[in-house]
Amino acid sequence: MTSLISSRFTTRRSRVQDWLFGGIGAIASLVTLGALGWILADLVKMGLPHLSVEFFTADMKSAGREGGIGPMIVSTFLILVCFLFPAIPLGVGCAFWLSEYVQGGSRIARAVTGGVDLLASVPSIVFGLFGMSFFCQVLGLGFSILSGGLTLTCMVLPILVRTTLSAMTSLPPDLRPAAGALGLTRATTLWQILLPAALPGIMIGITLGVGRALAETAALLFTSGYSTRWPESIHDSGRAISVHIYDLAMNIPNGGGKASASALVLLLMILAINLVASLLADRCLKSQYIS
Amino acid sequence: MCRLRVDWLVRHVLGLLAVVAGGLVLVIVWYLFQGAKPALESGLPRRFFGDPEWQPGSVRDPQYGLVPMLAGSFLVTVFATALATPLGIAGAVFYQFYVPARVSRWNLRCMELLAGMPAVVLGFWGLMVVVPAISRLEPPGQSLLAAALVLALMILPIIALTSQAALSAVPLSHLQAAAGLGIGRAGMIWNIALPAAKGGIGSGVLLALARAIGETLVVVMLCGNIAQIPGSVFDPIRPVTSTIALEMGYATASHKALLYAGGLILVLVIGLLVGGLSFRRKPNHNTVH
Amino acid sequence: MKQTILFPLLFSSILLFGCGKPRENGQHITITGSSTVAPIVADAARRYEESHPGVRIDVQTGGSSRGIADAMSGLADLGMISRALKDGESELTAHLIAMDGVCVIVHRDNRIENLTRKQLVDIYTGKISDWSEIGGAPGEIIVAGKAEGRATLEVFLDYTGLDSADIEADVLVGENQHAIKTVAGNANGIAYVSIGAAESESEGGTPIRLIRCDGVIPTTEAVAKGLFPMTRPLQVVTRGDLPDASKAFLSYLQTAAINDLIETHFYVPVAR
Repeated sequence: MTSLISSRFTTRRSRVQDWLFGGIGAIASLVTLGALGWILADLVKMGLPHLSVEFFTADMKSAGREGGIGPMIVSTFLILVCFLFPAIPLGVGCAFWLSEYVQGGSRIARAVTGGVDLLASVPSIVFGLFGMSFFCQVLGLGFSILSGGLTLTCMVLPILVRTTLSAMTSLPPDLRPAAGALGLTRATTLWQILLPAALPGIMIGITLGVGRALAETAALLFTSGYSTRWPESIHDSGRAISVHIYDLAMNIPNGGGKASASALVLLLMILAINLVASLLADRCLKSQYIS
Repeated sequence: MCRLRVDWLVRHVLGLLAVVAGGLVLVIVWYLFQGAKPALESGLPRRFFGDPEWQPGSVRDPQYGLVPMLAGSFLVTVFATALATPLGIAGAVFYQFYVPARVSRWNLRCMELLAGMPAVVLGFWGLMVVVPAISRLEPPGQSLLAAALVLALMILPIIALTSQAALSAVPLSHLQAAAGLGIGRAGMIWNIALPAAKGGIGSGVLLALARAIGETLVVVMLCGNIAQIPGSVFDPIRPVTSTIALEMGYATASHKALLYAGGLILVLVIGLLVGGLSFRRKPNHNTVH
Repeated sequence: MKQTILFPLLFSSILLFGCGKPRENGQHITITGSSTVAPIVADAARRYEESHPGVRIDVQTGGSSRGIADAMSGLADLGMISRALKDGESELTAHLIAMDGVCVIVHRDNRIENLTRKQLVDIYTGKISDWSEIGGAPGEIIVAGKAEGRATLEVFLDYTGLDSADIEADVLVGENQHAIKTVAGNANGIAYVSIGAAESESEGGTPIRLIRCDGVIPTTEAVAKGLFPMTRPLQVVTRGDLPDASKAFLSYLQTAAINDLIETHFYVPVAR
């Protein structure tokens, strides 16, 4: 993008302004990255000595002070699947409907957006308690990976809806009439034209949602639970890595080292998932435009 | 004919999904209401807004004042968002317009890492690094300032990522037109890019705001948890979420109902704010059909 | 285009792989409650499962009140609590598993060695506000209290004879580790926490010190001998008659066979 924009300036004032903007941005970015670096350095310092191949594959021993987090990694992955599977269609579908099928200012559209915005501000611990009583007890799913995933779906939904919605509304307005002129139906326009065009924005939402889901503790402690067994199905209770980190840090004396190591593993997972997701999105985009 | 039927189906399936998504919050409010019922029926709501303190466990003189906690929730949220918004937007502008895409990609990865940082990790980092630093200025260190600083860090990636997505969606032709007119880069950002991305940035800030209100763990560990209206940023505060997190695991039946009532009132207050905002002004996205 | 079909396919196959029916066969015991007791019971459950194939024990946490509520409602077979039963909870029967002491901690650099009960009361009610008043280095005392409902708070109130409204704390904390980190990060801090947690953290290098209460040195041995004034029971609660499997596991928890597990978690075993 930068290369496309002329960097020759006509007036001195605009040059000063340019420097000012860049400087402020650089400082803001330095502050943020500095804090992140500091946190990461602390984690690496405390956690790295505990990292080994066994840590990724072994069973937990002595409440996490020894052994690895193999079962937790599997549980976390399954929880993520149970969360993404309903969350993406629900969130993206809701945003599609809001942007394509109703007038933005209509009463129903405002009610739905208002509901979603309100949902975003419900405390995570309330989601945990709600999930425990609704999914675990009323729907009879018990303390299970499935309950945890569904609770996360409720919690992360607003992020998906909001980001998809803003991606859809920032699309060039002439796309839709152009597609209509070609005789495409609305559904086809949505699937073939608008979805690929909005995909980068949707991916940001999914990325944020995955981060939020993997980092969540309170909502999972009450739903997917505390069990450290290797999960055999999504109906088993399974401890997520974030819950494990919380337990080690808060309940287990001298659990700090293993907690940091588990946090490093979690961050590695996030990095890997986001890399794969961005590669997939890139390939999707390319194949769409080529075909 | 078949094509029309597909259209009809898609329209209604999407509508159904939207209604489910929008209606979910009603189920949660209903659930909170059920939990809070015993407390609401026993005539405590008046005391929520009348009592000066929160001492539900006191045998001698129980007090149920909720106002300091609502104030705490409000202050820490606004403070954290006020810190994170300029940082997030400035960072997004920088990486979108000043830095080559290759480098910008790495910043994106970093922001994603920050977004996925577990709250307890941030909380402990705050407790070991931020709190002692503040405590040297003005004890006790666990305070509005500490909680807001770390909370700001937590919500920053939301603002940064959504802002950058919104900025990158600004049509290139607009920017080229600006460049063609001889407007400098700063002028183009200020006059063209930011106004065009206003909607997307706004919804990012809204998400971050909501995240800050609902955040529990970071706040519990860093805010000091004294239910009071703070006199300065160095005073401890206690948001509603922190009270629920601290007391829910140990509360007896009647105390639990109080905590549910606290959560319900928080959500209702936010609901009034959101409702007021979204019904007063025109929504910032204009749909083209 | 291929990827757009592949992606959902991949997802659904993973989901189908995970979709077994919930298990009905075998003996299944659910235990919920206190996060303090949960690590011990979880470790004991693993050991028990090894020697009793066919038994499956799920341990969940969420606080003592959840242990009480779930045992009452029948959602859990056994509930875990880290306090004594209260008046409204007489339907339940409590079974002692282990003991825990509560001690006062200060920062490692603090010179104070001993606090009398009177001094402790004065510090927590704000009558003593500077360490120099009781022979320490000058510095305003940062009093860390515990949040409402915590078992350690109740033990502390019992010992000092205070009402929770009397306490003038500078900060309130929740978990033991939170209290320990608060004192570790503040040279003038004071807090009360579980002895086991404080002992192991201070041995592990965290800058805190356990101080004597009315002259009694806080150690897990002192708690075991019944010398230490502030203690709390770690218990399992049940309601009515239990199925055989749960009964067998409950009596296993009360034998000396898990004493080593209790000790690795720095609590005090009671079974001989």
